[in-house]
Amino acid sequence: MKRFMTGGLAAATALSLPTLAAAQEAVSFDQRVNDIFAGSTGWFVNLIFMNLPGTNFPWIVLWLVVAASIFTIYFGFIQVRAFGHAISLVKGDYADPNDAGEVSHFQALTTALSGTVGLGNIAGVAVAVGIGGPGATFWMILAGLLGMASKFTECTLGVKYRNEYPDGSVSGGPMYYMTKGFKERGIPGGRFLAIVFAIFTIGGALGGGNMFQANQAHAQITQITGDFSGLITGVIFAAVVFAVIVGGIKSIAQVTEKVVPFMGVTYVLAALVILIVNADQIGWAFGQIFEGAFTGLGVAGGFVGALIQGFKRAAFSNEAGVGSAAIAHSAVKTKEPVTEGVVSLLEPFIDTVVICTMTALVITISGVLVVNPETGLFVLNEAGTAIQTADGSSGVALTSAAFATGFSWFPYVLAVAVILFAFSTMISWSYYGLKAWTYLFGEGKTKELVFKLIFCFFIIVGAAAQLGAVIDFSDAMIFAMAVVNITALYFLMPIVKREMNSYFDRLKSGEIVKHGH
Amino acid sequence: MTKTTIVVGLDGSEAGARALDFAKSQAKQIGECAIAICYVIEWSPFSFQTPEENEQRHKRREEELQLAHERVMDPAVTKTKADGFDVLAVVRHGDAADILDAVAKQHGAAQIVVGRVGARGLKERVFGGVTGRLAATASVPLTIIP
Repeated sequence: MKRFMTGGLAAATALSLPTLAAAQEAVSFDQRVNDIFAGSTGWFVNLIFMNLPGTNFPWIVLWLVVAASIFTIYFGFIQVRAFGHAISLVKGDYADPNDAGEVSHFQALTTALSGTVGLGNIAGVAVAVGIGGPGATFWMILAGLLGMASKFTECTLGVKYRNEYPDGSVSGGPMYYMTKGFKERGIPGGRFLAIVFAIFTIGGALGGGNMFQANQAHAQITQITGDFSGLITGVIFAAVVFAVIVGGIKSIAQVTEKVVPFMGVTYVLAALVILIVNADQIGWAFGQIFEGAFTGLGVAGGFVGALIQGFKRAAFSNEAGVGSAAIAHSAVKTKEPVTEGVVSLLEPFIDTVVICTMTALVITISGVLVVNPETGLFVLNEAGTAIQTADGSSGVALTSAAFATGFSWFPYVLAVAVILFAFSTMISWSYYGLKAWTYLFGEGKTKELVFKLIFCFFIIVGAAAQLGAVIDFSDAMIFAMAVVNITALYFLMPIVKREMNSYFDRLKSGEIVKHGH
Repeated sequence: MTKTTIVVGLDGSEAGARALDFAKSQAKQIGECAIAICYVIEWSPFSFQTPEENEQRHKRREEELQLAHERVMDPAVTKTKADGFDVLAVVRHGDAADILDAVAKQHGAAQIVVGRVGARGLKERVFGGVTGRLAATASVPLTIIP
């Protein structure tokens, strides 16, 4: 990780000079950013995605799925049992009127959601379906459902072990439950895990929470305007993010926070309309999803390919087990940590089971994936790495093409949505990254400014680099967070179970009641 | 509560002050009557916030409450008490119409008195002002002071 950081920064400094000198060399600049970036991060990516010996199954995917399954069983299918209660909590049925004006469950949930709903749902799903075929959707939904239990575990701990400062502000997240929770259980190494986690979180903030977003936002813009250097998009994005996180111009962030939910709803509605118009094909699409889930329907890597892609993209999209949500959810006002854990169950559900599935269905139904009419199997591209698409696009461009089959004007709406989603995700991740940064280096204006400047700089790198290199690095960092976080969750899950049992017992006995309105 | 209670909504405006004056004159006529003065800080648990806003929320809330007390509530309460009335002060976050009605119910109030707030902007036109919504939903008699 450290090697990457220095490598990336050195590359960056070296590259910033020629750009200033000659803007017309922008295309070669993109290429050079990409080469240096891929070169300096490749070793880490390889380590994280190393296959299990003798298979082509990355160990990290197994790690996530096994964890989510263990949490699901250990907490007695909490995602099913507490689903109704989660909705009741979000509605504010159990909110104490005397706490009015504090952060509500709804606000904690939506803030966390605006960090996860974004390009993972649009571009990530397109990548999954593009490589793994419609069958990837099945595994993605399954991973989303199981991931609800991981999210429950980490968010309960996030609230339980958050730091509350004298001025009433709070800081929470895996760093805090690793140190405090391990100490409480008398297990050594909590502090060490917390430091490693914080380092990876900074990487994740710069990768998935930043470069991937900038990259895909640029891809979407060029889809409409025609090709131009990513440098330009990067600089503009960096300037706006700079204005918000360094300049403290809150109005931009507030506008985004209000427009993003609206865009999310618009996106789902548009997908629904396309699905309704093609209602006769929905049965066929689900058939493809189920059949593809177990046979692969000829995609690269067959059924294992579909499974890996589905699980990978679900984890990247809903971040269950990654630990980022524990930071966002900790701000809620509640006396019962379990309540926020229960509310956080809804996050993978909305993000993955609802929104990602919509995208996957639209892509499948739209016919942008090329099928061999004779065999009924997908046709692979020349390199044999992904399914050939109607216009050769991938990522967000593929989603855009799929939606365009329903509404020709949709790419414009999607472009706006992608830019806003990218922006709100960047703002959220700049916060997660900053929390990790201050955990490592302490709080202070100058220290925070250093991180914010690095964050803005990586937006430019992300917009200029190519998708492959960026997506690999983003995945690697996010999954590296999950390695550390889930290790900690295994040690701390008995605490969550105790909290959970106590809470639901009191709920059952009537000690915890709804507040009348 | 055996005593009659009148709930008054204050918003720091002229109309709010007139509402309090009206409540006082009513209370004087009734005799044994308490005045519950309410100040509502408009807030919704269903708004969207950034992570930083969430982190700072508790502090902001304390500041909002303190400001409400300093600027509006405390002077009104002191003055009303000095006039010899039994006073109850409520400062709360939420929807003004909901909270005024909830306070009225809680204290078994005889009526709610509010100042009329002139319609402002599109939002008021679409969703109706506080007074309009209160008139439509209040569970006790409502007096609107122009």
